[in-house]
Amino acid sequence: MNENAESVRLGGVGSFLDRFRRQAFAYPYIIWLAIFVVIPIMLIAVYAFTSVKGGFTLNNFAGMPEYAPVFGRSLWLAFVATVFCLLIGYPVALAISRTTPKTQRVLLMLVMLPMWINFLLRTYAWMSILENTGLLNRFFASVGVFNWINSLHAGDPNYTPITHFQLINTDGAVVLGMIYNYLPFMILPIESVIVKIDPFVIEAAQDLGAGSGTVFRKVVLPLSLSGVISGITMVFVPAVSTFVISKLLSNGTVMLLGDLIEMQFTGSAYNPHLGAAISLIMMVIVVICMSIMNKFGEGEEQAVVM
Amino acid sequence: MKKKYTGGKIFTALTYIFLYAPIVVLIVFSFNSTKSRSVWSGFTFEWYRQLFTDDLVMSSLQTTLLVSVLASLTAALIGTFAAIGFYNMKKKWRSPLLLINNIPVVNADIITGVSLSLLFVSAGLIMGFELGFGTLLIAHITFDIPYVILSVMPKLYQLDRNLFEAAQDLGCTWFQTIYRVIIPEIMPGIINGLLIAFTMSVDDFVISYFTAGSSVQTLSMTIYAMTRRRISPEINAISTLLFATVLILLLIVNLREERQHKAEKIKEDLLEGTV
Repeated sequence: MNENAESVRLGGVGSFLDRFRRQAFAYPYIIWLAIFVVIPIMLIAVYAFTSVKGGFTLNNFAGMPEYAPVFGRSLWLAFVATVFCLLIGYPVALAISRTTPKTQRVLLMLVMLPMWINFLLRTYAWMSILENTGLLNRFFASVGVFNWINSLHAGDPNYTPITHFQLINTDGAVVLGMIYNYLPFMILPIESVIVKIDPFVIEAAQDLGAGSGTVFRKVVLPLSLSGVISGITMVFVPAVSTFVISKLLSNGTVMLLGDLIEMQFTGSAYNPHLGAAISLIMMVIVVICMSIMNKFGEGEEQAVVM
Repeated sequence: MKKKYTGGKIFTALTYIFLYAPIVVLIVFSFNSTKSRSVWSGFTFEWYRQLFTDDLVMSSLQTTLLVSVLASLTAALIGTFAAIGFYNMKKKWRSPLLLINNIPVVNADIITGVSLSLLFVSAGLIMGFELGFGTLLIAHITFDIPYVILSVMPKLYQLDRNLFEAAQDLGCTWFQTIYRVIIPEIMPGIINGLLIAFTMSVDDFVISYFTAGSSVQTLSMTIYAMTRRRISPEINAISTLLFATVLILLLIVNLREERQHKAEKIKEDLLEGTV
C-alpha cells in the first residue's frame, strides 16, 4: 500500500490519536501471538539445545545420523506424493476451469467436500480397501488374478501360491494416502489462478499464431505458476510431517519424521529434547524447500485458497 | 482440440471417482450387519444405535463441538479487532506482524502442536496446571485466529478509505465508527472467517492430540484411538453422519449464496436501468 496516501488519509493530530487507538485493537492479539506462537517456537529451539538436566548441549543432534534414513524416507515419499498430486491436480484444475461458472462451483465444491470429512476417517477407509483381505484383494481374487498368477508357476516346486497382493503396510500405501488426503490442496489453488487468466490473453496468443501447446507452455503455465507453488507447499508440508497416514496405512512399518517426533512426545520413548531437535531440523528443511520454491515464483502474487 | 477436452474430462471423472471411492466404502459399510469392513453381509442400523449409546463417542463429540464453538467465536472476536488494528498500522509494523500471524497456517500441524505442548507443559510445571480442556481451547484459538484475520483483512481493504473520517465528521466517536460503520461493512468477512475457523477446529486432530492431555478427548482423538484398536463399524456410522451433516450445511450455504447472487444481480440491473 502507498504510505503517502496513508499519511494523507490519517493526517492531523486528532486522527493521529485515533489511529493510535485503532491500532490498539491489535494489541491483545500481539500479546497472544508473542505467548502462543513466538515463545513456543523459541521453546523448540531451547529444548533442542538443552539436556534433561537443563544445561546447553549438542547431544540431541549427535544421534541424528541414526535417523538419516527416516529423514530420507520422509522427504522422498513426500516428494513423490507432491509430484503425483501435481501431475493429477494440474490437468484436473485446468479441466475444471474450462467449464461454465455454475459447473465450476459444483466441481469445486465436490473437490472440497471430502476435505470436510475427518481425514482420519478418509485414511481409515483406505485401510479397508488395501488390506490383505480388503476390497481390492477380494476383487482381484474374484476375477481370478491370483489363480492365474499361481498357474504360471505351476511347475516350480519352490513357489508358494499367493492369495493376495501386499498393498497395505508398504511405502506405496503411505504415498497413496498422502495423495488422497492432499490432492484437493493442489487442485484448489491452481484452479483459482487459472480461472483468473484473462481469456483475451490466450486469444491474443492464438491470434499471433501460437498453437494450443505453445499457448499452454508460454501463457497458461507461467501465469499459473503462483498457484502451482502454493499447491506444492500445501501438499509437501503436511506430507513430510504426517504421522497419522503412516501409522494407519503402514501400521508402523514405514517410519516417517512425524512418527519419530510423535514418539518423543507421547510414546514410551519420551524425550522432548530429542523431539525438539528433530522438529527443529524438519522446520529448517521445510523453510529451505519453501524458499527455493518461492525463488521460482518471485514477484508472483501468492494464490489464496478459500 | 475437441479430443483433448474429452481426454481431460475422462481424467477428471476418474479423479473424482478416486476422491469419492473411499467415502462410498465408508458409507456402505456403516450399514453392514457384521463387523467386517470388506465383506457385505446384510443391512442394519445397529452401528448407529450403538453409536448413540456409546458414552465415549458422545462425550468426545460434545468436547469437539464445545471447543470448536468457543474457539471460533473467541477467534472471530480477537481476530476481527486484530485485523482492524493491523489495517491502521504502518506497513513496517503490519508486515512483520502478518508474517508471524501466518506461522500457524504455514507451519506443519505437528510443529504447532508440539511447540504448544512444550509451552503448556513447562508453564504447567511452574504455575501448577495440567494439559486439559483449557490448553486445548487456547491451542484451538491460536490456530483459528489467523484464518479470521486472513478473511477479514481483504474486506477492510475493500472499504472506502474515507469511511473512518466520514463517520467521524458526522459525529461518531472512534468507538462508534468501529461498531456502527466498520463492523457491519466487514461482517461477511467475519462470518466467513468464523466458519473457516470452526471447520478447522472440528477437523483438527494433530494439534489437539498434543495439547489436550489424557483427561479430555475430541472426536478426532477418539476416532484415532478406535482405528488403532480393533475396529468397530461405529466409525463408519460416525463418518456417514458427519458427511451427511456437511453435505446438508454446504447445500444450505450454497443455495443462500446463489439467492444472494441473484438478488445482487437484480439490484444491479435495476440500478443500470435508472442511470
